[in-house]
Amino acid sequence: MLQIDLWKRVLIWSVCALGLLLALPNGFYTRVETHNDATASLDAGFSGNGLEEQAGMWPNWMPSSLVNLGLDLRGGAHLLAEVKVEEVYETRMKGLWPEVRNLLRDQRATVGTVRLQPSAPDALRVKLSKPEAIQEAANLVRGLAQPVVSLTAAGATDIVVSVDDDSLLITLSEAERLATDQRTVQQALEIIRRRIDEVGTREPTIQRQGADRILIQVPGIGSAAELKDIIGTTALLSFNPVVGRAGDANAAAGAGNEVLPAVEEGGGFYVIESAFVVSGEELTDAQPSFDQNGRPAVSFRFNPSGARKFGDYTAENIGSPFAIVLDGEVISAPVIQSHIPGGSGIITGSFSVEESTNLAVLLRAGALPAGLEFLEERTIGPELGQDSIEAGRIACIVAFAAVLVFMFLSYGTFGLFANIALIINVGLIFGLLSLVGATLTLPGIAGIVLTIGMAVDANVLVFERIREEVKNGKGAARSIDLGYEKALSAIIDANITTFLTAVILFAMGSGPVRGFAITLGLGILTSVFTAIYVTRLIIVIWFERRRPKKIEV
Amino acid sequence: MRLRLVPKDTKWDFFGKSTLTLGFSGLLVVLSVIFFFVQGLNFGIDFRGGTTIRTESAQVVDVAAYRQAIVPLNLGDVSITEVFDPTFEEDQNVTMIRIQAQDGQEAVTADIVRDVQAALLAVAPDITFVSVESVGPKVSGELIQTAVIAVLLAIAAVLIYIWLRFEWQFAAGAVAALVHDVVLTIGVFSIVQIRFDLAIIAALLTIVGYSLNDTVVVFDRVRENLRKFKKISLKDILNTSINETLSRTVMTSVTTLLALISLFVLGGDVIRGFVFAMIWGVIVGTYSSVFIASAVLLKLGVKRDWSKPDANAGNQFSGIDA
Repeated sequence: MLQIDLWKRVLIWSVCALGLLLALPNGFYTRVETHNDATASLDAGFSGNGLEEQAGMWPNWMPSSLVNLGLDLRGGAHLLAEVKVEEVYETRMKGLWPEVRNLLRDQRATVGTVRLQPSAPDALRVKLSKPEAIQEAANLVRGLAQPVVSLTAAGATDIVVSVDDDSLLITLSEAERLATDQRTVQQALEIIRRRIDEVGTREPTIQRQGADRILIQVPGIGSAAELKDIIGTTALLSFNPVVGRAGDANAAAGAGNEVLPAVEEGGGFYVIESAFVVSGEELTDAQPSFDQNGRPAVSFRFNPSGARKFGDYTAENIGSPFAIVLDGEVISAPVIQSHIPGGSGIITGSFSVEESTNLAVLLRAGALPAGLEFLEERTIGPELGQDSIEAGRIACIVAFAAVLVFMFLSYGTFGLFANIALIINVGLIFGLLSLVGATLTLPGIAGIVLTIGMAVDANVLVFERIREEVKNGKGAARSIDLGYEKALSAIIDANITTFLTAVILFAMGSGPVRGFAITLGLGILTSVFTAIYVTRLIIVIWFERRRPKKIEV
Repeated sequence: MRLRLVPKDTKWDFFGKSTLTLGFSGLLVVLSVIFFFVQGLNFGIDFRGGTTIRTESAQVVDVAAYRQAIVPLNLGDVSITEVFDPTFEEDQNVTMIRIQAQDGQEAVTADIVRDVQAALLAVAPDITFVSVESVGPKVSGELIQTAVIAVLLAIAAVLIYIWLRFEWQFAAGAVAALVHDVVLTIGVFSIVQIRFDLAIIAALLTIVGYSLNDTVVVFDRVRENLRKFKKISLKDILNTSINETLSRTVMTSVTTLLALISLFVLGGDVIRGFVFAMIWGVIVGTYSSVFIASAVLLKLGVKRDWSKPDANAGNQFSGIDA
């Protein structure tokens, strides 16, 4: 009756041993962490500075995955940013205007003169002097439409041209908006990741959340404000034609133009064409350098399409200035000296060496395609995290000890077995958390404590059943067998329902709530495993050795 | 000698006064709802937007001075509370400062935090800002929404699971108990005005899980006894089942409470509200699995005799006896 096949026994013990082995590094947290960091540096090609020695602090053949400590335990900054995707529509429309203008200008005989009218930022309103040709003009502009590049929008084109009274209204199509949003957020995500990586902090979390949000968590950083500085809020880098200079910000700019402040020369304003020649997205490289006068500058290089546009523009506009616009400010407005065919150029301005280096980094990492709005920010100081860990650790130990003593007092030898299983259980939870690289948060610790309390439940159910069977006069072996058999359905049903709530918590929650759901969910899995298999195996082994006629539970 | 929390054989009648216990719970539920609407919850910034700053200083905190430093910044409603906790060191003086979300702003503004920090540094030069959290109103609204959806989803999932595994009367009883527990917990939070934030939602869902765990164990025994004793009345079966599982119910509640109480006392003030919700939930959940879930089941009744022909009789599957 009370038999468990050898292979099952081996399997059960192996799972336990494996789990505990995986949990082991967490017992030497700092040491393993130092080892991991040193190994990573060595792999990246660094050496010296005692790195080899640090790498030797933990044997390489041992598992070295650790439970990630969440921000609330380690300290750090958390930001939730919303990407202002609509800004890209505006940029697209600005970029489209010269094309539309050039196209219709060639047909001046039929459509007359073309004028840009004020409109919503994400649309172009174009007025013709010969309204009777408006349909024809619309058809011409429709020819500019490109197919949308996305999986879901097969066959759709990017712009919609409609006739509104006596003017053309050009907007982005719905499919194109969706595709653009997708690209913009992806790009912003990538750029944020690169910028944070340049600073070299450990294990940042940079995740997309929902349609247009990005969650950024960086452990070990001083404050959310610092993190925001690293990410920057740069909207766009572009190269625009200069129309003229202006005395103040309120100067009349004319349709299609705008007034921007100049960074250099202590003020002053430029009137520039809103439609850019080339945008920063087409930049492939930027390096700090020096101009012919030995002043700090930034040299840059465009991709082929950017190079072609830049080359054409410089060839046509020798002698006139063009503006390098970053973040809504004109950084520099050099005069085009000659045709620049190769797609590379140099930005001069009154930079310091440091400024030119920063600008190069910013340009190289790419400007953010759209602005960010920070919806949520949290800074948790490392000392608060340390206090929380300390308090959590003590609470865990006390909870653990209390439950162990209580179980032993209530069930004697069997309680002892349950206690061994409980210890294995907590080991398994940590092993699993390390394995999946889950993040342990403060509520997560609470989840573990709760699991410690609840984990014994399955054992209690079984033991109470065995008691009943003994009371009904069944033999020892039969009682144990029946106890497990009858308790099983209650154990399964009760734990599945709790597991369901853990899954829902995980799916719906974020941050700490998720951390709690993970430990709770894993805790249910391990406690069912230890209760059904491990304690049972221990009891069976004990029974085989002792062969008691009567058992006392 | 074993420690026994419950006598070896109990034959307590749990339903002799079921109308009374149900009425009592009903009254508590109504009270909770009234409190919720009259007094509301002390929503944290997760649900209301705004900023909380936790400060620490070696000097004794002068709340009035702090307030005087902040009020000139015109930030609207500012609450400053000193935090006391047995786990703090001698020279650890902690305050929580909460600033409401500023009008007309969807997002978080960094300037406010910077200004407040500067103003406080002028009053207490050694002050440190151990945590600063800001949530914009746009997100906080969504957080409430997802929290409510999460709780409803959890209850729905449970309803469906129990309905599939048991019968609908059981599911109704279990869900009645769940709703009871959630409402009473919210009621308690309204009465004592503990800060209600995102972590409390996690606690609420855990209560849902725990209460259910308890209910399901009792129901499992009821189901078993229903098959075993065909002639005994439902009320007696329920009573027997609860008595039989009573020892286990109490054991598990006690071990869980032991663990939670140690966390409540020693776990620090940051998660105390969260742990409080869970302790309360364990107590209420244990009570409700007997006095609500089972009592509802008793009132609804359950189909006992499966030998009678049912709606399926006469169709092509009727001859198959599983």
